[in-house]
Amino acid sequence: MDMSQTDAPIEPVDAAHESAVSTRNISKNYGEVEALRDLSLEFPRGQLTSLLGPSGCGKTTLLKIIAGLLEPTSGEVEVNGKTVTGPGPDRAFVFQDFALLPWASVIRNVAFGLEMRGVPKAEREDRAAHYIKEVGLGGFENAYPHELSGGMRQRVGLARALSVDSQVLLMDEPFSAVDEQTRRKFQEDLLNLVRNENKTFIFVTHSIEEAVYVSDQIAILLPRPSRVSEIIRPTGFRHKDADNIRRDPEYLDIVDQIWASLRTYVE
Amino acid sequence: MTLFGYRLPGMSSLILWGLLWEIVGQTGLTFFVPPLSEVIATLVEVIQTAAFQKALYETAYAFIAGVFFAIVIGIPVGILMGRTRLLDELLLPWVNVFLSAPLTALVPVLMVLFGFGMKAIIITTTLFAIWIIILNARAGVKQINRSLVEMAHSFGASPWDAFTKIYFWAALPEILGGVRIGIIRAVKGVIIGQLLISIVGFGALFELYSANFLMGHFWAVLIVLFALAFTISEFLAYLERRVSYYADKR
Ligand SMILES: Nc1ncnc2c1ncn2[C@@H]1O[C@H](COP(=O)(O)OP(=O)(O)OP(=O)(O)O)[C@@H](O)[C@H]1O
Ligand SMILES: [Mg+2]
Repeated sequence: MDMSQTDAPIEPVDAAHESAVSTRNISKNYGEVEALRDLSLEFPRGQLTSLLGPSGCGKTTLLKIIAGLLEPTSGEVEVNGKTVTGPGPDRAFVFQDFALLPWASVIRNVAFGLEMRGVPKAEREDRAAHYIKEVGLGGFENAYPHELSGGMRQRVGLARALSVDSQVLLMDEPFSAVDEQTRRKFQEDLLNLVRNENKTFIFVTHSIEEAVYVSDQIAILLPRPSRVSEIIRPTGFRHKDADNIRRDPEYLDIVDQIWASLRTYVE
Repeated sequence: MTLFGYRLPGMSSLILWGLLWEIVGQTGLTFFVPPLSEVIATLVEVIQTAAFQKALYETAYAFIAGVFFAIVIGIPVGILMGRTRLLDELLLPWVNVFLSAPLTALVPVLMVLFGFGMKAIIITTTLFAIWIIILNARAGVKQINRSLVEMAHSFGASPWDAFTKIYFWAALPEILGGVRIGIIRAVKGVIIGQLLISIVGFGALFELYSANFLMGHFWAVLIVLFALAFTISEFLAYLERRVSYYADKR
């Protein structure tokens, strides 16, 4: 890892291996269905880890367990060294289906997380307005979700998660609802976000290219019951600027390599 | 509705029925139906009497109080039923029974329990209105988008926050629909209460007019009552339309 970050005041272990989130031996059964089995994974602080795997393999399940929205059947999750027992202010979730309040304006939606944390109205609207601009929705503060396109709604959900300033961002296929151009724009924005915000990102995606493009670490999950089959760290092109990554030979190699290991499950 | 290519304003069919009424009244077919023009003249006259204003006040008081309790109790109970399985299983059979029960038959029991005064009338009104309000609030909560609930939970919403900031608003279109139907039923409840429990308010007027064969007066008061109920119901329908934009997007 050539871009290590050492600003967190935690015991002086090797910074590159310091985890913000660890999942230990997680199993999850839905009645008869065994979704996850004995899954362990470390999420390095300040980096973006993607969860990549075939549909129905339990990516959302894992993300919700980390969020504290679901309880694992066995195993435990630690965030900053503390065992997770429920949702907490150290984590924020970006929902696949946006989960916006349809009766509330954009600014109220973005400020909702702050509202739940008891931030006074004036202050939370200030902060919300800041993040609305950040995600490129300036001018839509008073619009309602039904007046926005899918991609714009997605960004409202993103701004809401960013505005609470949590250490860990959990994103469930956050770019699924947008067209290819917007998606690429979002991916670039996400790279900048990872660089500038020193947060830990956990990112679920179906797209191999997307995972390789944005991730510091990619965890490939096997089909149900799911475990981590492989961890890939694309490091060589991470320092390049956005435009050149997609042409980088290492980028292309990794895409091929992941496709090779996943195609056995598709066929 | 259009007629010969002209767009007619809403409810123009009422004019037709009004004309029919007038004709039947003018022929003097039955004392029961005086001409509409006569009824309207009586109406203008009746409205100004002290007896009418007292009746209006008594009825409005019982009606508003009854509806108030139906809403204030009905909505939270409905929301809680929609959220808690146990409460739902406990209460739902009763709500369904009371919704379809002939509540009029219960009025004598209420009289025994609560006396012959305003209290019993208010309770009757509440009983007529509350069940549909509960059922609709419950239905509104049941169809809530699960991920909104998860979202609130993930941002640390307290149960009270979830109740007032998610469940209530998500169920609002159904709640308003329930309140509208509940209010129409409350009109029935308040009049039945006034007729059966103690002869006050509009109930007293109906009793007085029909006993003395004052059919013009009788119809006049009935028209006032219908118009009031209709106005309230239309106002709620308007509120419903205002929130319906998000009804299918929760
Ligand atoms: N509430 C539930 N009850 C029963 N089974 C469930 C439930 N939620 C998920 N499952 C099952 O668990 C498995 C994992 O589901 P999950 O939603 O985590 O998959 P996923 O990897 O996110 O899939 P996708 O990529 O399609 O979103 C699936 O096979 C699904 O059928
Ligand atoms: Mg999923």
